[in-house]
Amino acid sequence: MKHLLGIEPVDTATLLAILDRADAIHEGARPADVVAGRTIVNLFMEPSTRTRTSFEIAAKRLRADVVNVSESFSSSKKGETLLDTARNVDAMRPAVIVLRHASSGSPAMIAKHVRASVVNAGDGTHEHPTQALLDCGTIRRHKKRVEGLTVTIVGDILHSRVARSNLHALGKLGATVRVAGPRSLLPRGVEAMGALVYDRIEPALEGADVVMVLRLQQERMSGGYVPSLRDYSRFFGVNAKNVRAAKHDAIVMHPGPINRGVELTSDVADGPRSVILDQVAYGVSVRMAVLEKVVASS
Amino acid sequence: MQTIHIRGGRLIDPRQDVDDELDVIVQDGRVARIGKGLDTPTGALLCDARGKIVAPGLVDLHAHLREPGEEGKETIETGSNAAASGGFTTVCAMPNTTPPNDCRAITMLIRTRAREIGGVRVLPIGAITRGLLGEHLADFGELKEAGVVALSDDGKCVMNARLMRRALEYGRSFDLPIVQHAEDHNLSQGGAMNEGATATRAGIPAQPAEAEEIIVARDLILVEMTGARYHVAHASTARTVALVREAKSRGLPVTCEVTPHHLMLTEEACATYDTHTKMYPPLRTQADVDALVAALADGTIDAIATDHAPHSKNSKQVEFDCAAFGVIGLETALPVALAVLSPRDAIERLTWGPARTFKLHAGTMPEGSIADVVVVDPDFEWTVAAEDIQSKSKNTPFLGRKMRGRAVLTVAGGQILCDRCEVTRSMTPGPRGVV
Repeated sequence: MKHLLGIEPVDTATLLAILDRADAIHEGARPADVVAGRTIVNLFMEPSTRTRTSFEIAAKRLRADVVNVSESFSSSKKGETLLDTARNVDAMRPAVIVLRHASSGSPAMIAKHVRASVVNAGDGTHEHPTQALLDCGTIRRHKKRVEGLTVTIVGDILHSRVARSNLHALGKLGATVRVAGPRSLLPRGVEAMGALVYDRIEPALEGADVVMVLRLQQERMSGGYVPSLRDYSRFFGVNAKNVRAAKHDAIVMHPGPINRGVELTSDVADGPRSVILDQVAYGVSVRMAVLEKVVASS
Repeated sequence: MQTIHIRGGRLIDPRQDVDDELDVIVQDGRVARIGKGLDTPTGALLCDARGKIVAPGLVDLHAHLREPGEEGKETIETGSNAAASGGFTTVCAMPNTTPPNDCRAITMLIRTRAREIGGVRVLPIGAITRGLLGEHLADFGELKEAGVVALSDDGKCVMNARLMRRALEYGRSFDLPIVQHAEDHNLSQGGAMNEGATATRAGIPAQPAEAEEIIVARDLILVEMTGARYHVAHASTARTVALVREAKSRGLPVTCEVTPHHLMLTEEACATYDTHTKMYPPLRTQADVDALVAALADGTIDAIATDHAPHSKNSKQVEFDCAAFGVIGLETALPVALAVLSPRDAIERLTWGPARTFKLHAGTMPEGSIADVVVVDPDFEWTVAAEDIQSKSKNTPFLGRKMRGRAVLTVAGGQILCDRCEVTRSMTPGPRGVV
């Protein structure tokens, strides 16, 4: 696996191997030496704190040299194309380019033109593969398995790369995935990705093992997808009352950042079912496993 | 001007109901004679057309030649070369140039440039609205006088139903068809490909087929109201052609075209993020492709039109959602047509079908007519290669694809514009073996 462009092209065995390695790292296994001393460029063309920090810490724990290029400093402000930026970065011979970009397919595009390994850190509304890996790993650590579980993803499925990557990953690992939200935020044809579609939240939560809540971005109001935050949170937000429909030991996840009181109430986010900070912690281990894997394969 | 003897080919001229092995002699810029086993006139160039198809020069209702204003992408000259290479001798030029063709001055400029170049015949299409802004009608009368053959705001839809009504009504006085780029911009906003499972998987912002169909349905009601000639540009969905079929069955003056790429490619092609698969309307589903091919075969669709839309490499070598819409098509339309239709139907939809649609004096070649003639080798196998493309831009989804069928001789107004069978180097004996 030279690149990690998405979960869709990754086979189940590789997926499991990455998760096993991430588990080992998470429990204190010594990182491999392959990445030590190599250069990793975090090319973040879209605002991000959590994912960029997570990749940076992962690289540092692998003793790599990390360079962060963020949107506000990049040449894109001067009109340089993404391809030119990527080629210029690549000319300095990094081992890995970690790319976050607003356009779907941009990691696949630059992967065709650079020598470095490319890791997709989120592209448009396409995929966010390391998020799905850390979500699956977190589920597995809490539930001891993924196969046979019912996972309900609630919220803005239409614009969510996290939902898409999770549909691929959870499907490969044998979970049943429900997606729930207002019809205006459910993409056409999502059934073809293996999702069971619900346009009300209560039946979707019924009997779920995992409740994954997605962020509702403010700009969805101006786009007319939902009438107001108030109406959305009342009918599609996860709260202490409706989450009771899920299994008594169900866990609640969120890829962050949370709009408290919109898609998720604080009592649930901070409550006993919440594994949100476990996700963040495990994210570093997963990214270490991914960086090891792509560097070792190139 | 050279005399040319095209000998032993299968002449297909659907307008004349001709499909037979016939010789053609081109002399003084005209089709001088058509007949069996004709003698080669003294000094004539000889084209051995055995095993080949001889047809009227192809007619394209829909091309973007980019001149004036965007000569970096294409010029009338390079567009004309591309057309001739693809077997076309008549090309209708869309008005979304810079400035747009919404007045006599621009129409005359395009016609004058085309005449100076002396390539294929370029027929300008005028704008429906001034500046293509969708607010005020352009001066249809003046445009007609200057020589436009149709009216269109192509690239943009006439969204305002009242304005569309007026365009149909006013256009009727000048017998000009209104060519609609059917796209409800509110529904399609931001959509870079067809909405559905493929776009959902690829995470590409999408637009629904309904954005096209809703406008076609609305317009057909307006056509019934006004009785005006209406032409659907680049029909791309099953429901669009069903609507047109129904309207035609009621005798409404409606015509319809389809692009070659919509006949051969589906939305699946977009999943690779190849920006050469991004165009308006977007590539649709296999069910749509099947419906388009069926509608083309049964005559619901009158013409194959290229929607030749040259774009620079820079505007295509970017992220999918940022890339320009459009692909070139003049040089690859013919083999696509031959791949999906019988030779006779393919020729009809590329000659008399389009010519009839815009009432053009083209697309047929009786004796005495202007010599716009193409010789097609239906078995010519070739691979689409950038260095071989005559258009200034190389943005085609067919790059690297094997094609079967190609124009081997294109004659426009008696002039040889493309010669792949080396006619111009032929030693032609006279009747008694004397050159």
